[in-house]
Amino acid sequence: MSTQTVLFDAPGPKARARHRILTIVGAILAVGVLYLAVAKLADRGQLTGAKWSPFADPAAWTEYLLPGLWGTIKAALLSVLFAGIFGIIFGMGRLSQVKAIRWFCGAVVEFFRAVPVYMMMVFAYYGWFARTPSIPADIAPLLAVVLALTLYNGSVIAELVRSGVFGLPAGQREAGLSIGLTDGQTLRTIQLPQALKAMLPALVGQLVVVLKDSALGTAITYPELLTWSKTLGSAYSNTVPAYLFAALMFIALNYALTKVASLIQERLSRAGTQAGPVTTAAPTLVQGAGAPGVPTTAGARHVRHGVERGIERVEERLEDFRERPNDKD
Amino acid sequence: MGDILSNYNVLGAFWVTIQLSVLAAIGSLLIGTVVAIMRVSPVAVLRGLGTAYVNIIRNTPLTLLMVFSVLGLSLLLGLQISEQASTNAYWWAVIMLSVYHAAFVCEALRSGVNTIPAGQAEAARSIGLTFAQSLREVLLPQAFRGAIAPLGSTLIALIKNTTVAALILGATEAAGTLSKITENEGAQLPIFFLFALGFVLLTLPLGVLFTSMSQRLAVKR
Repeated sequence: MSTQTVLFDAPGPKARARHRILTIVGAILAVGVLYLAVAKLADRGQLTGAKWSPFADPAAWTEYLLPGLWGTIKAALLSVLFAGIFGIIFGMGRLSQVKAIRWFCGAVVEFFRAVPVYMMMVFAYYGWFARTPSIPADIAPLLAVVLALTLYNGSVIAELVRSGVFGLPAGQREAGLSIGLTDGQTLRTIQLPQALKAMLPALVGQLVVVLKDSALGTAITYPELLTWSKTLGSAYSNTVPAYLFAALMFIALNYALTKVASLIQERLSRAGTQAGPVTTAAPTLVQGAGAPGVPTTAGARHVRHGVERGIERVEERLEDFRERPNDKD
Repeated sequence: MGDILSNYNVLGAFWVTIQLSVLAAIGSLLIGTVVAIMRVSPVAVLRGLGTAYVNIIRNTPLTLLMVFSVLGLSLLLGLQISEQASTNAYWWAVIMLSVYHAAFVCEALRSGVNTIPAGQAEAARSIGLTFAQSLREVLLPQAFRGAIAPLGSTLIALIKNTTVAALILGATEAAGTLSKITENEGAQLPIFFLFALGFVLLTLPLGVLFTSMSQRLAVKR
């Protein structure tokens, strides 16, 4: 909504007439696209009851969709867990006082951020896990998926940790040092906890990326939602509805996660816990399977967050100010 | 390593990756700009359509779009671009990459608009600029500058995401070629690093360029 106040005046009579025409055009466009899609589906016999009734069949759920969903969630949760550990270790490494550690962690993080997840996945699977006899054949694809997602997302989280710590007011570190803590202690006990809390929304947002990327596992026969939907499609000979349904489930899941992330964000900013723009890497986070090969810190800073938070604070103070006389009464 | 590489068309594969990147970048910029205009328009229906597009596309895995384009749209619904299977898959890959990244281009442009404080528009209006003038002279220049950094990361993400097209293109594209080499020859770390280097070479200069551009053109506030 904020965009409107910036770009547009309150509409006058002429503008309102124009908006009415655009509304009609938009509605026709929407209905037209929807009609074309439905007509095409109906034309190819994809809208018959037989194609869609399997989704009401409990067997389709217990044998295909739920195992698929579980496969996706299992891979995503494991990856996020390991990526979090990887990210905190390498993020702290990048903030280290020792130049060699800083350089090494920086190189690792930048490398894994630049390499496509799909390449790591197929290489790890066909190159190592599928060839190692000691790894059971049903575990190997999961290992490859989790490894690839951990390396990539861990690197993104490492970048988040770094920018989260940089986003804190300088006074936090100075205060820590001045009460006699070492650099490492200051980082661990003062800066990191604050940075992690501020990072929480971005971390949940990263879960969306992981969830979407876990679908790549279908390329190495990992049994996740997409793979199972394909199997369901051939079992009930309803491939198109099966894919559409899988898409629906992905969208619902990711949309819910996005909402959770913004709820946490709201909570945090209402609590007024952190200072300044926090999730500097936020634009990269929503990108889906990719993020840049270079730090996004400078340009990507969300000025908006800072502005909005500033406005919120002023409003809060104003409210306090207004309430104060009542208290005295 | 040399004799393995001579059996595969690595340079050709990277050339396909570059083609896909350029075509999809143009496509996603076009679609994304249209969606962004819809999302910031004062017309509720258009805004709703834009928001729906972004929410649907952004939450769908690119993998699903790719697989569906060939298996679903082409084979079962008969939406074929070319009689030849490889050409058909190539153009579907371009379309799906464009459609997917358009959602992120839209969000990048919109975040550019969002960086403008409301006071800028108010000031422009109060010194007597018309709507078109204030858009042209004050708002859009700032919006584009604010959008440079997120657009850059979208482009880099797009280049890396062309690898997902390997699912339908097979070994004609870089990641598909790596996959085939690894399947045939086993884990060859030097070859993996060579392919990784290819992507670093494609993305790193762009990252440096966009970062320096966004800093040089940053709006001082």
